[in-house]
Amino acid sequence: MSITNGPRFLARNLMLAGAVTLSAMASAAHAADVTLYTTREPGLIQPLLDQFNKDTGVKVNTVFVKDGLIERVRAEGEKSPADVLMTVDIGNLLDLVDAGVTQPVESATLREVIPANLRGADNQWFTLSLRDRVAYVAKDLDVDALTYEDFADPKWKGKVCIRSGQHPYNTALIAAMIAHDGAEATEEWLRKVKANLGRKAAGGDRDVARDILGGICDVGIANAYYVGRMKNAEPGTDARKWGDAIKVVRPTFANEKSRGTHVNISGAAVAKHAPNRDGAVQLLEYLVSDKAQSLYAMANYEYPVKAGVTLDPVVASFGKLIIDPLPLTEIAKHRKQASELVDKVGFNN
Amino acid sequence: MASTTKARLDQAAEAGQTAAAADLSRNSSQVRQPRGSRYAPGLSNRLRNMLRAGIGWPSAALLIAACVLAPVAALGWFALQGDSSHWTHLLQFVLPTAMTNTVLLLLGVGVLVACLGVGSAWLVTAYDFPLRRTLSWALLLPLAVPTYIVAFAYLDILHPIGPVQGLIRDILGYDSPRQFRLPDLRSLPGAIFLLGFVLYPYVYLSTRIMFSTQAASLLEAARVLGESGRSVFFRVALPMARPAIAVGVSLALLETLNDIGASEFLGIQTLTVSVYTTWVTRNDLAGAAQIALAMLAIVAVLILAERHGRRKQRYAGNQRARAMCPERLSGLKALAACLLGCIPVAVGFLAPAAYLLNETLKRLHQVGVVSDQLLQSAWNTVSIAFCATLLTLACGLVVAWAVRCARQASSLAHRLAQAGARVATTGYALPGTVLAIGLLTPFIMFDHVLAAMLQLLGNADPGLILMGSGTALVLAYAIRFMAISIGSLEAGLARIPPSMEQAARLLGESPAGALRRVHLPLLRPALGAAALLVFVDAMKELSATLLLRPVNFDTLATWLYAEAARGTYEEGAVAALAIVLAGLIPVILLARTQFKMSR
Repeated sequence: MSITNGPRFLARNLMLAGAVTLSAMASAAHAADVTLYTTREPGLIQPLLDQFNKDTGVKVNTVFVKDGLIERVRAEGEKSPADVLMTVDIGNLLDLVDAGVTQPVESATLREVIPANLRGADNQWFTLSLRDRVAYVAKDLDVDALTYEDFADPKWKGKVCIRSGQHPYNTALIAAMIAHDGAEATEEWLRKVKANLGRKAAGGDRDVARDILGGICDVGIANAYYVGRMKNAEPGTDARKWGDAIKVVRPTFANEKSRGTHVNISGAAVAKHAPNRDGAVQLLEYLVSDKAQSLYAMANYEYPVKAGVTLDPVVASFGKLIIDPLPLTEIAKHRKQASELVDKVGFNN
Repeated sequence: MASTTKARLDQAAEAGQTAAAADLSRNSSQVRQPRGSRYAPGLSNRLRNMLRAGIGWPSAALLIAACVLAPVAALGWFALQGDSSHWTHLLQFVLPTAMTNTVLLLLGVGVLVACLGVGSAWLVTAYDFPLRRTLSWALLLPLAVPTYIVAFAYLDILHPIGPVQGLIRDILGYDSPRQFRLPDLRSLPGAIFLLGFVLYPYVYLSTRIMFSTQAASLLEAARVLGESGRSVFFRVALPMARPAIAVGVSLALLETLNDIGASEFLGIQTLTVSVYTTWVTRNDLAGAAQIALAMLAIVAVLILAERHGRRKQRYAGNQRARAMCPERLSGLKALAACLLGCIPVAVGFLAPAAYLLNETLKRLHQVGVVSDQLLQSAWNTVSIAFCATLLTLACGLVVAWAVRCARQASSLAHRLAQAGARVATTGYALPGTVLAIGLLTPFIMFDHVLAAMLQLLGNADPGLILMGSGTALVLAYAIRFMAISIGSLEAGLARIPPSMEQAARLLGESPAGALRRVHLPLLRPALGAAALLVFVDAMKELSATLLLRPVNFDTLATWLYAEAARGTYEEGAVAALAIVLAGLIPVILLARTQFKMSR
């Protein structure tokens, strides 16, 4: 036995030695750097991070973790190199807090800029930008106002496009509808929208615009910032053609109490075991500065969380955004139920 | 020295074959090494004898199997954390559809890859026609294209506003997609079509090797005995190729089963998508782990059933078999054969590659901007894939050899080694993300222990070593792709008659010595095939990479995915093309090394 184990033991030692060398190579990350774990696509936030580096001299190391952010940070425990955790969707942010991987931050700047309903009560998470979920409508259609409930109207039979019902963008919308109209009405709504679908509930938000151009659908539900990106794309590109085929209508909930458009958020939190806590707070404060918020608005076409920041002309042309007054935490509460309703009506089948 | 040994071996093998010819088919001729310590008493010799009795290799195999089981154990632990309350919901609303979709998808892809793979392999083996030589390697090219890239490429190509439907509308005289369009690709048949056309090379590869190295004499015998071409194929070639087909089809099906990119993109609600929804959307890791483990159990049963089905068959043949002489086709038949052979290559590789090339050309001005990132990602991809390939191959060899050796030892050792080999392939049956979640815990536990040890020895806190260095990625790839190397090497070993090691052992070699001096040289084609398959797969790997990589570390796949996640997947065309191109080199190498003997 020990003969077999001998070489293996040696091999393992070699591996260990290799690992140590590798770690020496990998830990080139400087102590003054800020390490960011993000589920947001790096392309979207890289310009912000580059600007931060230029203005403050602090370098940001990133890992784009698509799924499993919580699991990774939790498993890494106190050795985790993460300083800032960034994600989209209120549910995901609250999950981070519930998993105990965040820490509260006392910052006058953050408190001042971010309205109270857009940050955690105990300052465990902060909204950085807003994203309204709107209707894409074929350009020539004579439709100027819609409610979310209208998508269930049989007149749209075979004409509605939307991404997977299980995507956080959609479960949040459905959760908001549960909060407004109740679970039964929402289930009915889902069934009717399902019956109206022109194709499978799949793909991404931009596919809604593409499929409207392709004649598969007339209307669809998707996030507004994609339109900013498509309509601002270079003339002649595919994206520009898709963007030009649609117009944006901001739907509202038919509910008396609402009369507003569903909005979700992107946000961030400081990691519980952040090795560079000060740097983390500095980055968060930077991200709500005029400069960064303006980048969110002009380069990402998202809605800035800070009041008074100039919007991109395309986004501004959608008109004034009236936000559904329902608290975000209320939406998060119904998220699981929303996901189960999607299964129940076979929305994605 | 080596040549004399080889000559002696050949003689001995010949003698062994003659002597054992009668019962070779039952494979019961075992060469027992003298036990006890007649020649060299002492502890080390006793140990050596134990090794000769074949305990060392099986225990090494079991050790590897244990490593592969670690993530499964972690998942089991997660699964136990939850309750079973969501199963009512799942059984009522999710599983019936997900199960039906998964079964139909697997059936469809299984039939399609088997037909395409076996059909094309037979075509280029049994017939000679223009382009045959080119096709015999070109048929492997779809391997270089990841399924998620194929899905988005085809969605664009076949979209109502894409080139194909545009052309059809022009021909039919319609001017708007609102007047006429083809059925949407986002459907189960669409997914079967796409996955079938990129995954068939697994079957083609294994079957082609089988056809070209084994079939000749038997096939010719069948022909001489008056069988028609068709019946030679169905009555001789096909049954003989069954292990190869089984290996190829099961790799393709496992790949289908754990695919998330393409299914999600095409809107197919498979079991894997349900696992994913349960975990990501409902933040219910326990529930997701429960479904994943249930799936794993089903896969295990299917694989065991297939093995059980051919347990009584033996496939060992003569190594020095000639390649069969292809029948020359001419005229219309030759043209038809040529076209038939071109279809899988065109659909599975040329069309998506041309699409990516076109999208890249449109963005040529960006290539300069991203070239640094491109080079860095390409370097990361290749170096990680290379290390992972070496490790996967080494582990696969240990496991496959252990199974082979244990057959000669006790039946207990054999059974243990077999179990180890089956367990060691489980990594491939789990969706990449789920495997990665399972690996997080053991990796980070190891990191914490290691760090504590190093700190005890007076070092500074080293942080997370596996996770921080990319070593975690290498290990994850090895665990994930072990099935490929074990499968290839077991198939390769199966083609080496047992008389070879019987002869080697008679001449006094230990199992390890026989492996090194006899089997390894004979295994070279299988090793090459396994290495290149693992390398290509490792380069394409996305989901585990996303979760387990260190900071500031991008591979081509993660870079592409980052673009795709913004919804701007066509912006990722440069990265996608780079993945395909980087995958081409090993695939072409694979073709060259594998098919040399059949020229």
